[in-house]
Amino acid sequence: MKTIFGSLDHYEKGRVEVINDNAKNYAFSNVFEICNKSKPYEKVVMGINQIYVLEAIRAEGTSPWYSCAHDEFVLSMDGEVEVHLVKLDRPAVTDPDKNGAIQLAAEPVGKKMGWMKLRRGHQGMLPANCAYQFRAARPAALVMQTTQGDLSVLKWAEICQAA
Amino acid sequence: MNAPESVVKAQSSGPNAHGYRSYKLGQFEFTRDEYFAHLRWVGRNGKQMSHSLDIGAFLRPLMRDVAWGFFYGYVNFDEVFGTCNKYSSVDVYAGTYNGQYSRAEVDLLINLPTDEVRACFVEMLEDWVNEGYDPFAAPMETGSPYGRKRGENLAALRRQRQLAKRCVGLKDDLFMRSDANGFTVNRHFQDVPQDQPELHPEPGFENEVHAFNLFAYLSRSDVTWNPSFTSVVKYSFCCPTTEEHILPVIHGNDRVEWFFQMCDEIHWNCGDKKTGAPRARVIMKAGDCAAMPADCRHQGYSPKRSMLLVWENGSPQVVYDIEAGKSPINPVSF
Repeated sequence: MKTIFGSLDHYEKGRVEVINDNAKNYAFSNVFEICNKSKPYEKVVMGINQIYVLEAIRAEGTSPWYSCAHDEFVLSMDGEVEVHLVKLDRPAVTDPDKNGAIQLAAEPVGKKMGWMKLRRGHQGMLPANCAYQFRAARPAALVMQTTQGDLSVLKWAEICQAA
Repeated sequence: MNAPESVVKAQSSGPNAHGYRSYKLGQFEFTRDEYFAHLRWVGRNGKQMSHSLDIGAFLRPLMRDVAWGFFYGYVNFDEVFGTCNKYSSVDVYAGTYNGQYSRAEVDLLINLPTDEVRACFVEMLEDWVNEGYDPFAAPMETGSPYGRKRGENLAALRRQRQLAKRCVGLKDDLFMRSDANGFTVNRHFQDVPQDQPELHPEPGFENEVHAFNLFAYLSRSDVTWNPSFTSVVKYSFCCPTTEEHILPVIHGNDRVEWFFQMCDEIHWNCGDKKTGAPRARVIMKAGDCAAMPADCRHQGYSPKRSMLLVWENGSPQVVYDIEAGKSPINPVSF
C-alpha cells in the first residue's frame, strides 16, 4: 500500500463540500499550492489560533538571517534545505515577549552553532534568540510552527476555498 | 490534556452473567453483555430511557476519554452519549446535544468532579476490555472486543500518552521511536524513508542543533487517533498522529482546532456542535490545511493509515476568550 505525499510538482488538493455552512469557515488551503505562488521566504500564514501560526514558506536560494525570542520549528514537506545557526553575542530581539521572527539587518555577530540539512519529513528546531538562515539549491516547501510576527503575511482570500 | 492519577473509587456491582461488572455514575447506569454497552437514565421528562452501543464503538471512545483526560471540549461517543470537559469537572450527558432527544426532553446532563468520572471510566474500561483487544489499535490490528469476559489488557490500556516538553529527541525530552524500543514501522508505512537529518553541530551545541525525521517517527506509531506532542512553542502544540479507520469520537470543539494532512487522506463529517445537524464534508489530502470552527463537531474517516498534524492552542484561557467573545468561533474572516 503506497503512502501518498504531495510535492511542489505534484499534489492533489481536497475540498470542502458544503451542506449547510460557509466554506470560508474551514480556511481550507494547501501548502504546495501556497508555496507555488509565493515569493521565496514569504511567510504565508496558513493556520492561526490567537497569537500562534503555521506558516507556509517557499524556500529557494539563500534567505535573509532571522531571529526570534522564542523557539520555532520548521518542517520540510518537499525538497532539501540547509539551516545555518549562529549564537548571537547579543539578542537581536530585545523584548523577550515579542512574537514572531524578525529579519536581521546585517550578518549575525556571534559563534557558529552549526547547521543541519532537512529533507521531506524532517523537522528542525530553531532555538530562541539564535540567528538562522535557510539555503535551498532548489525550491522546497516548509511549514513553520511559530507565532504571528512582523513578517507574517495574511492573505486568506488568495489561499483559501471561498465557496 | 492528559490523564492524571485518580484515587476516587467507582460504584460497581458484581459480575453479571457475561462476567462483566455494571457501573453507576450519578444517575447513569452502564452494563455490558457480549456485544453491546447499555446505558440507562431518567430523562428530564421523568421517563426511563436507554441506549445501546456496539461494545467496540463504546470502548474506543472510552479509551480516548480516559487517556486524554477528557480532552478539549466534547467527546461524543455517538450521536447520543458523551462527555464535555469543564476542566475541573466533567459533564456527562445523553441526548443533550441531539436535536430530537433534547426537544423531546428525554435527555439528561449531569456535572461531576473530574476524579469521580475518571474513576468510573477507568475501572469500567479495565473490566470491559478483554485479553487481546486494544481500543487504540486499528480494527485490523487487534482482536475482538466481543464475547464473555476473558482476561484483561492492562498494558495497552495504561499506555502513557507521549508528550514532548520541547521537541522529540532532545536530551531529557521524549524519546525517539525505534525497533530497539519496540516501535516498529507500521504495515501501511513500509515505504516511508527512515533516514535522519544531517546534523553538523559545533562543539557545545549538540543539543541545540537538533532535528529529527517526523515522518519516520510517525510511521512507528503503535496507536491510532491518539495525538502526541512532538514540538512545543509556548501553548502551540504540534500533536501529530496516525489515523486509520474512523475517529472513535465525534469531537465537539470548545476552541478552533487546525488539521494539516501530511500524507494520504482523511474525510471529515462536520456538524453543528449542539444538534449534530450536518454542516459540511471536508476532504483533506496530502498538504491540505483546514480548521474546525469552535462551534462544530467532527469525525474523520481515514481509508489508509495516514499522518495528520493536529495543531492545538492549548492555552487554558482560550475557551474563556471564545465564551467572552474575545476570540473568534471561526478561524479567520475574509
